[in-house]
Amino acid sequence: MDVLFDIFGSANFWAAAIRIATPLIFGVLGALICERAGVLNLGIEGIFVAGAMAGWLAVYLGAGLWGGVLVAALTGAAFGLLHAFLTVVLGLSQHVSGIGITLLATSASYFTYRTALPDVSSPPRIVPFQSLDLAGLSDLPFFGPVLFSQTALTWLALLLVALVAFVLYRTPLGLSIRAVGDNPASVEAQGLSVIGLRIGAVVVGSALMALGGAFLTMSAFDAFFFGMVNGRGWICIALVVFASWQPGKALLGALLFGAFDAFQIRLQAEIGQVVPGQVFLMLPYLLSILALVLVARKADYPRALLQPWTKGQRH
Amino acid sequence: MTSHTPLLSLTDITKRFGTLIANNAISLDLHQGEILALLGENGAGKTTLMNILFGHYVQDEGTVRVAAGGDVMTTLPPGSPGAALAAGIGMVHQHFTLAENLSGLDNIRLGTEPLLSFGRRHAARAKVEKIITESGLDVDLDRRVDGLTVGEKQRVEILKALYRDARVLILDEPTAVLTPQEAEGLFAVLRRLAANGLGVIFISHKLGEVLAVSHRIMVLRAGEQAGELVTAQADRRAIADLMVGKAVAEVTRTPGARGRALVEFQSVSLGKPGHRAALHGVSFDLRAGEVVGLAGVSGNGQSAIAALISGLAVPDSGTMRLYGDPVTRADPRRLVAAGVARMPEDRQHDGVVGTMSVADNIAIEEVRSPGFSRYGFIDAKAIRARATAAIAAYDVRCPGPDAEARLLSGGNVQKLILARVLERAPRVILANQPTRGLDIGAQAEVHRRIIAARDRGAAVLVISEDLDELFALSDRFLVIHAGEITDAGPAETLDRATVGLLMAGQTHTPETLAS
Repeated sequence: MDVLFDIFGSANFWAAAIRIATPLIFGVLGALICERAGVLNLGIEGIFVAGAMAGWLAVYLGAGLWGGVLVAALTGAAFGLLHAFLTVVLGLSQHVSGIGITLLATSASYFTYRTALPDVSSPPRIVPFQSLDLAGLSDLPFFGPVLFSQTALTWLALLLVALVAFVLYRTPLGLSIRAVGDNPASVEAQGLSVIGLRIGAVVVGSALMALGGAFLTMSAFDAFFFGMVNGRGWICIALVVFASWQPGKALLGALLFGAFDAFQIRLQAEIGQVVPGQVFLMLPYLLSILALVLVARKADYPRALLQPWTKGQRH
Repeated sequence: MTSHTPLLSLTDITKRFGTLIANNAISLDLHQGEILALLGENGAGKTTLMNILFGHYVQDEGTVRVAAGGDVMTTLPPGSPGAALAAGIGMVHQHFTLAENLSGLDNIRLGTEPLLSFGRRHAARAKVEKIITESGLDVDLDRRVDGLTVGEKQRVEILKALYRDARVLILDEPTAVLTPQEAEGLFAVLRRLAANGLGVIFISHKLGEVLAVSHRIMVLRAGEQAGELVTAQADRRAIADLMVGKAVAEVTRTPGARGRALVEFQSVSLGKPGHRAALHGVSFDLRAGEVVGLAGVSGNGQSAIAALISGLAVPDSGTMRLYGDPVTRADPRRLVAAGVARMPEDRQHDGVVGTMSVADNIAIEEVRSPGFSRYGFIDAKAIRARATAAIAAYDVRCPGPDAEARLLSGGNVQKLILARVLERAPRVILANQPTRGLDIGAQAEVHRRIIAARDRGAAVLVISEDLDELFALSDRFLVIHAGEITDAGPAETLDRATVGLLMAGQTHTPETLAS
């Protein structure tokens, strides 16, 4: 029990949990926006990779850090546009298109990295985002290290949760996005464009996903590695269901997952000699499946999720 | 109230789909304060005409003009729902266009405020509440639409149109989904709206309600304008003939020969105790050669009765007997094999598999029987032959046995189901809402077949919300209310008022109280 107490009592643990959760917050928000509009975006895993690579490369080639963030977002938006064209305009299978986007974006990123840097053997480094010390608040006991040791991107992620929630529930735009994911005919009958709303949602959502990737190379680490995204995109797809498509719960889910992950790392250090390391790596995924089983059966799916819309057709 | 310049004027509208002429040179005027009924059978071109008016379709010829103040009328650009909305034309579709995850108020606001703004929720609520007060369209604005009843959803749809300052309200088959009580409420609202100066176009194929609510009737038949008349001077019989184009044969019912009980319910309970839609110890029987009508407001246990007779459920307590033997296992296939014919309430959803062919849908219930399979394999040739014969015998209008069932109209789906279940000469027939949404011609056909099956000796249970239908078919009445059944006795001894009281839960009619 002492072990657990030590882990949960340390500010270091909670700081790590938030850090691990940050890319998931971006990703789950992005997936949530797409799905609220009725489009499943399984391109997320590849868009993470593309965002991680593009943002990092831009900075490496001389752009500022925020310039890199912008490049990452635009890269994500471009893949989002492709996904939207295939699934919204052409009405193709969202599963097939999404997995195709993941394969394409991942390979294209590796390819670009290799061609841009043909001669490097060890990954080159950039100067990443530094922790943001807001007016000396990092000196506060416990909360200082937990909250105020985070970088600007983490703060951006938290801000986005509030922003997405506000837009979704408090503005006409959010109203239309929720409506188009539930019954596109309702939007059409009120004179709005189903296609336009869905394209917009997928593009913006994909841009957010790419920021999740950019956090990895520009904040959590300082370089781009192959395989560094490591399933984080897929976790976001599960977290959206866990969150019942609500931004607040999405934040909670991402933090929970971050905490599990930080916990297993520390537990590994404590009792790693007795239990094989792979068991610990498995832990957060196992727990997220468990959480899904408990939550997802009564999940309130957007009713028009996965359904393409053809104008003039009876539904 | 009626001013000289019409609110809306359609001139010589013609619309062709390939070689089919859906509308042929149709002209109509709608005046302020007027309820105009557009009456016709399914496929007569009513919905096409309204879709042109609302801009969903583009007409091949003709113009749509709307009043633009004073005596001026402007031509509406074809094919633009936005222009129609802006010109004050509101349409309530037969299939609701509501986002079920939003509240009624949010559905009404949808699309009326700039997307990139904070919205005007409070102003919107004030305006909607004012409309509600004026129109009587009472609805809980804050409840999510998926928690509303069908009638309430329809009221939200009407509010959507009124919120956009509609001057013309088009309702496409608005009563198809309503109970008689809800329909009455709707008519009251429509009369009130018309009195306040709105022009209403009411699309329907139900003669009775058209006579009840409209001021003027335009009859369409096969895309042509078959006639136009003032409701007050209209004669029911004459309009029916106008609609169908030939004299409609009334179904005649001769007294039947009541035989032995084929289905018996003894103190059957099913579902959550105390729940309105559950059954609470009901007892009745269905006898050979008899049509029993089950009257009741929907949601009072009819579905449970239907599920039991269809073999989809067994009683929680009590006994259901088929030919004297208790049914203890929910086994639809055995029930079908034993001669139970089922016409489900939602025929498009539960009656056919839309993406399968007409032939497969006819064979589907007994695909393992020798007529349809050999050595355990499907005999496609036999199925097709049988289907071709059935299509002819039951007048199922479809391109052929290989056409997908989802392409059939509601009336033809019902004929397909009749062909499936009646060919086997069933001993027990469950007809759940057998003619809901069907036109007069198809209705008469379904009724004729049901009476013929009874005369052959079948026991028939008709579940319907249409009292006219029940009186036309039934030898005996059962009335269900809150999961309890009252045997109301032979149809000859009953009138609508008595049955209505029983439907409302009064177990003692005035007569029995008096005696």
